Amino acid sequence: MSKATRDAYGEAILELGKANPDIYVVDADIGKSCKTVPFFEQLPDQHVNVGIAEQNAAGVAAGLATCGKIPFVTSYAVFGSMRMCEQIRQEACYPKLNVKVACSHGGFTPANDGASHQGIEDMGIYRTIPNMTVIMPADYYSAKKLVKAAAEYYGPVYLRFTRDPIPFIYDEDAEFEIGKAVTLKEGNDIAIIANGDIMSRAVAAAEELEAKGHSVRLLDMHTIKPLDVDAVTAAIEEIGSIVTVEDHNILNGLGSAVCEIAAEMGKGKVKRIGIQDQFGESAPYDRLLEKNGVTVENIVASAEAVMTSKCC
Amino acid sequence: MTRDEKVAYLKEKAIEMRKTALTMIHTAQSGHPGGSLSAADFVTALYFDEMNVKPEDPKWADRDRFVLSKGHVCPILYSALALREYFPFDTIYTLRKEGSILQGHPDMKVCPGVDISTGSLGQGLSTAVGMALAAKRDKKDYRVFCVVGDGESQEGQIWEAVMTAVKYQLDNLVIFVDNNNLQNDNTCDVVMPTGDLKGKFAAFGCETHGIDGHKMEEIVDVLDTIRDVKNGMPKVVVGKTVKGRGVSFMENVVMWHGVAPDKEQFAQAIAEVEGGLK
Ligand SMILES: Cc1ncc(C[n+]2csc(CCOP(=O)(O)OP(=O)(O)O)c2C)c(N)n1
Ligand SMILES: [Mg+2]
Repeated sequence: MSKATRDAYGEAILELGKANPDIYVVDADIGKSCKTVPFFEQLPDQHVNVGIAEQNAAGVAAGLATCGKIPFVTSYAVFGSMRMCEQIRQEACYPKLNVKVACSHGGFTPANDGASHQGIEDMGIYRTIPNMTVIMPADYYSAKKLVKAAAEYYGPVYLRFTRDPIPFIYDEDAEFEIGKAVTLKEGNDIAIIANGDIMSRAVAAAEELEAKGHSVRLLDMHTIKPLDVDAVTAAIEEIGSIVTVEDHNILNGLGSAVCEIAAEMGKGKVKRIGIQDQFGESAPYDRLLEKNGVTVENIVASAEAVMTSKCC
Repeated sequence: MTRDEKVAYLKEKAIEMRKTALTMIHTAQSGHPGGSLSAADFVTALYFDEMNVKPEDPKWADRDRFVLSKGHVCPILYSALALREYFPFDTIYTLRKEGSILQGHPDMKVCPGVDISTGSLGQGLSTAVGMALAAKRDKKDYRVFCVVGDGESQEGQIWEAVMTAVKYQLDNLVIFVDNNNLQNDNTCDVVMPTGDLKGKFAAFGCETHGIDGHKMEEIVDVLDTIRDVKNGMPKVVVGKTVKGRGVSFMENVVMWHGVAPDKEQFAQAIAEVEGGLK
């Protein structure tokens, strides 16, 4: 079974909006792709469409937030993190207003659309802005739960969803807490810390490593800010060998966040797997990941290399 | 109060407003006097007559909102808040100092009466649109007043916000355009001509009014005219203004955009302002 996290967003935001009239969606003419059409159709009084004007969308959301609304500005990761970046910084993060930025098409998933639509820098950008929380769910059910958690939390949140169906990782009743990693597998030879839609690859790699006799700890780090420092510290202290996996530039995303902790502890070996600081292109999603080494084989090989390397 | 009494009262208040703004900028030896003085008369009319606010309850849900989209002229907003006793008057001497509620640009988290943090030009109007939309959706009567600079209107986001205000029929939104034809580097005509701003707002679908932005009579009259008009159109008042108005050596001089007066200049400025606008 598989389903896209953007669908989870569309369903969750509708449920939230029905339960709470203060939940708003601010669209910028890509509601269809971001799955907010049912929200618009059923809750028109809680919906705003500002047209193709993302900077304004961010500001309007901030204004709504000062009047007690909980607006979800909805866009693609590229535009939601870069076109409206400074507006979100100034009008949502600086005043710590209750504005959520909910974006589909994170990472390489809009594969055939090409580089213009592939948001590979977004989480890193938002990670550097004070007061911002940055989340990427790994599947449909966790996405639904994390949208609800974001709505319940007071303050700006960036939520990153993806376009294409991805395998289910969790059961419907799994629970999630912002800033708290989920331990998908316990182990003590190697830690794989991953997030988002590549989680199924991390799971497959963990299984392969186990089959080869390695004990793997697999963490779903759905929130990269605030990072679950305790979980990362424990992985460094107890295991020491870590591979991070993400559908994001290896600069300033999950891998960087983990490395920062390891460097400051002066301990541990970390290999980052992710987009190799290069733009994508129009190509199948799997091919794009493959070109950047985000594959089961490379996760396995990297894990083995980290475990046996003599460095550090 | 009759109209004439009101005008006379507001003219007196405008003198206090200018003195307060100049005093805080002089004390801080930093800040933006030119645009503070050009917006002074309109902001005075808002805070001392037009706006429905409760300084003792700055977050009162039904209050009228004020958005200083050209946030750099916050000394004039801080003057209104100080004189209306949102905070102790002596706070004005802390402008731009470490730990002050009077940050270099307005910070809603720390300063009572600031409805939104601004300072990055082009953004405030969008937030004002969000507030006015919330009022409509909540069926509340409050209005939102927003002051926009003419240089600021070169930002594309201003026009995105105007389109949204027109689409959602925000007749509870009042935009004052401080049309002083000066910006940071030079005149607007040299940097980027803004052309017929009133015509542009009208073309976007706003109800527009042109006034002399320093004639309190015209300000009071235009606010009277638009107060109860529920025609689905955002209201735009383009005020012809003079940057630095009230201080002869600052008037229409680009340099006084963001420079603080020294001791002698300050003394002269206060003396001139005390005489009222000529
Ligand atoms: C986005 C942005 N760009 C540049 C600045 C720097 N800046 C501050 S004031 C100003 C000129 C503003 O001119 P105008 O809007 O006409 O204001 P006024 O003349 O009333 O001072 C500039 C460029 C800024 N604050 N924000
Ligand atoms: Mg100007």
